[in-house]
Amino acid sequence: MKKLSGAYLVLLFGFLYAPLLVMIMISFNGGESTAHMTGVSLRWYREMFKDAATLQAFKNTLTLSVSAALVSTFLGTLAAVGIERMRSARLKALVMSITNIPMMNPDIVTGISLMLLFVFMAGLIGYTPVLSFWTLLIAHISFCLPYVILSVLPKLRQMDKSLPEAAMDLGCTPLQSFLRVELPFISPGILTGFIMAFTLSFDDFVISNFTSGAGFETLTIHIFAMIKKSVKPDIYALSTLIFAAVLLLLLVYDLLGGREEDMAV
Amino acid sequence: MKAGLLQRAAAAPHIVWSALFILAPMVFVVYYTFTDGSGSPSLENITRLNAGNYLMILVNSLCMALIATVICFLIAYPAAFIFSRMKKKAQRLAILLIMLPLWMNFLITTYSWMTILEDTGVINTLLSALRLGPVHMINTPGAVICGMVFCFLPYMILPIYSVMAGIDPKLIEAAADLGCSPAQTFAKVIWPLSLGGVISGITMVFVPSVSTFYISQKLGGGTFQLIGDTIESYFTGTAVNYHFGAALSLILMVLILISMAVMNRFGEGEGGEIR
Repeated sequence: MKKLSGAYLVLLFGFLYAPLLVMIMISFNGGESTAHMTGVSLRWYREMFKDAATLQAFKNTLTLSVSAALVSTFLGTLAAVGIERMRSARLKALVMSITNIPMMNPDIVTGISLMLLFVFMAGLIGYTPVLSFWTLLIAHISFCLPYVILSVLPKLRQMDKSLPEAAMDLGCTPLQSFLRVELPFISPGILTGFIMAFTLSFDDFVISNFTSGAGFETLTIHIFAMIKKSVKPDIYALSTLIFAAVLLLLLVYDLLGGREEDMAV
Repeated sequence: MKAGLLQRAAAAPHIVWSALFILAPMVFVVYYTFTDGSGSPSLENITRLNAGNYLMILVNSLCMALIATVICFLIAYPAAFIFSRMKKKAQRLAILLIMLPLWMNFLITTYSWMTILEDTGVINTLLSALRLGPVHMINTPGAVICGMVFCFLPYMILPIYSVMAGIDPKLIEAAADLGCSPAQTFAKVIWPLSLGGVISGITMVFVPSVSTFYISQKLGGGTFQLIGDTIESYFTGTAVNYHFGAALSLILMVLILISMAVMNRFGEGEGGEIR
């Protein structure tokens, strides 16, 4: 039984990591092809760092993802606090089901629906072309919001309601009680929400494809444009670096998460 | 009292935002579906769905998504079970390794799959070396399904794992003590308790599979179109038609809603039998 499940896991991870291995290998290709290795070199890494458009797209993506994650974390945390306090169960259910729409809808529908809204509104006031950094930011905030709310809500539910009350009895204003008692308690949920929002925004292609304009290219849009022309291993070099960064981020997050669990015990 | 009001008002910005950027866009999908290019009301886009092979494309997409979902489930269920029996530290590592590919851009991984599946690709080079001959894989429905399973498999494993990890081992011991065979323990204890995770996994795989567009273009070689490709072509292609594209999206949304409703009902029925 042990051997069987071991073999199963080898097959499973083999399947999940095969394309990543191919990507990493080809990124060190000495030749031009993305299908065959001809020698090993760092050539494509050098080319990538010389490519101004790729670097600009990377900067754009960072700007967009950090902004989208900050705004959606702020709005989402406030929203979670508000939703948790709602007295009417019906209103709460209504707000939650609207909140969940971007999670349930296919990305392509979310993307085109926002595009239609932007295009129509811009047509009304004669402002074209409308698709830009700002429409992209609005779209990203919108699809990140539910994930932030769903990360913060469970933390709020776990909190002992008498804590903020005690703070207020001891002379805190409601705002002080929120900032000093509730906020520290729910901060792990807020951090999870922020990280989720950042990674979702960073990795998004489908929704960005419909809500971005010619002036502002994110990394995924840039990759898509490059793939349409001819693929050279420099895209793989870029992806390998991103892979390394993600791996590092996940390991750090795991270590932090691990420490927090230890503290809870 | 004042605090309560202030804090309940905290959701107000989100409610305004949702109305503007979640609800209003949905309204616009409906509006575009039922108007023509000049903005006057029209049913043209709906009647056009009957013409051409749009229904065929829709049925194809549903079938492909269904197959991908079933394969994901068959792979994920045993994997989630194995993970949930491992030591805590190993579990964390395993889940980390399952999540890692999710963070890789699917445009790139799909391209890597092309390199693997091509007629002169990685697999065929290996097969030729073993004298098992080249097998044509790229540009077939199988290749597209392989791409979908790769992209969405983690979304099936994670929810099933999380419910399985929550099953109290004492329940399984108790079932065995009370004379259940392993098969009975599975059927009466593990399966019913893991059903919630299975249902969210199915949702999380089926919805993106049915609406996928890039994977089918690359691994299917453009030989067959899925509904996602068709919708995309009406918004960014050369034959732009927002109104008909909106109609196709609306149909897709309705179909997904129906599938979800059917599945949730099925889930409730199954859940009812436990008691």
